[in-house]
Amino acid sequence: MEEKLIVSASPHIRAKTTTTNIMLDVIIALMPAVVASIIIFGFRALMIIADTVLVAVLAEFLSRKVMKRENTVTDLSAVVTGLLLALNLPVGINPIFAAFGSVVAIVVVKQMFGGIGNNFVNPALAARIILLSSFPTAMTTWAKPFWFREGAVDAVTTATPLAMYANGETTSLSDLFLGTTGGCLGETCALALIIGGAYLMIRRVISPVIPLTYIGTVAIMSLIFGQDILFQLLSGGLLLGAIFMATDYTTSPINTKGKVVFAIGCGVLTFLIRNFANLPEGVSFSILIMNILVPLIERATNPRPFGEKESKNA
Amino acid sequence: MAEKKPLIKELTKGIIKENPVLCLVLGTCPTLAVTTGVSSALGMGVAATVVLVCSNAVISALRKVIPSKVRIPAYITIIAAFVTIVQMIVKAYAPALNDALGVYLPLIVVNCIILGRAEMFASKNKVLPSALDGLGMGIGFTAALFLMGSIREILGAGSWMGISIPVISSNPILIFILPPGGFFVFGMLMAAANKLNSKPVKKAEEVGCAACPMHDSCGKIAEGKECAE
Repeated sequence: MEEKLIVSASPHIRAKTTTTNIMLDVIIALMPAVVASIIIFGFRALMIIADTVLVAVLAEFLSRKVMKRENTVTDLSAVVTGLLLALNLPVGINPIFAAFGSVVAIVVVKQMFGGIGNNFVNPALAARIILLSSFPTAMTTWAKPFWFREGAVDAVTTATPLAMYANGETTSLSDLFLGTTGGCLGETCALALIIGGAYLMIRRVISPVIPLTYIGTVAIMSLIFGQDILFQLLSGGLLLGAIFMATDYTTSPINTKGKVVFAIGCGVLTFLIRNFANLPEGVSFSILIMNILVPLIERATNPRPFGEKESKNA
Repeated sequence: MAEKKPLIKELTKGIIKENPVLCLVLGTCPTLAVTTGVSSALGMGVAATVVLVCSNAVISALRKVIPSKVRIPAYITIIAAFVTIVQMIVKAYAPALNDALGVYLPLIVVNCIILGRAEMFASKNKVLPSALDGLGMGIGFTAALFLMGSIREILGAGSWMGISIPVISSNPILIFILPPGGFFVFGMLMAAANKLNSKPVKKAEEVGCAACPMHDSCGKIAEGKECAE
């Protein structure tokens, strides 16, 4: 398949970039967040991560087998989906629910639409939303950081900083930066996410356009509406979403202009949902909505080939 | 005997081969709206079937009387009469079902399946085949609703006909009784029906050039050559 795409005359420069390499870089970039989640939420965090990753890989392998298609399990994309899903779940979640999420992400969202490169929304995010609407209580029961020192995972609970903020309580910025707050496994520790994001940008796996525009939009909206900017940026899933979810190749626009439009849309929606809707957090929904709009954004921002005249009918 | 076979076919075609919901994709709105539970799905199916059989029979009997220019209003009037009867009966004898179906019961009037069968079949066929066609389509509609209702109620509410199922009822997958779950189950069932109905594609050599859909416009025939594929 790849050979057929080369249409120019030789010589060709061969790049070492492969899907597997990119996915491996994303996995490496997620490692700080994984380590942070295990430190903050204990061994159970590792169990949830292993659960979703294993089920995702198995689901990918089996669905490709059943559909009699070339097996893509070695490109590690299923591992990334599993990891991202786990980082979007609360630590106390029932492992069966988490496994169900993995199956939904891989089979329903990814493979039914044709596998890697053909999914219309981010599989991990879609699975998270489906879990959220299926098991609302389990998905919004947040264990306290270091709950394992105090008791059972569902006995020591807390609210997320954004939910507390809605009730007028504040969280210290150092807690937000280091991640010692309630929340999903991977979203609490801003430090680990920034390290991962920097790694991805240095390795040129992702372009900084989407994360910076997304975060910048939320910052500007916070400024306009007189909110605490740093609090808005560090709390909730904004960093995780902006760095790892919104930058997914398949579900974000190709050219820079499109990326800017996409990221501004994500930022505005996130801020609106956080402050004017019923939900305390809106990163997943905003990215999902913008994912669906990507084909339209692509059409609107498609660069005009040099020398082409604008047609009057268009 | 030679007369009887097509009549049976009018009855059976609606169940799988031309299932109104899964293959003709008609009546989608009530399908998605009332299948959150098995009992309301069954109630909807039976009510629509009764209306379908009666309206098909009456429209077929009147097919030579109704002027073709005003046939749609005429059909709607006939259908509305039967829907009103059904609604009154349901209100009198099954008030709980009436509450569960809500606005979707009177909306049977504009159900595409009923109007579609009147237009496609009853207006062109005799009374008995039309009634059987209505019955078959109604059974197909009811079966599809029953299947969807079962899947959605079992997974989404952990019960079946209101009887709770031990393991699932403690942790139902709520999304199945929400609209996205409805669309998902609907899509899956349509895929299954397509799979059931699909026949192996015949190869060009077996069919020959005459049966090819491109036969009239194919350039190779104009040039006097046989087509390569």
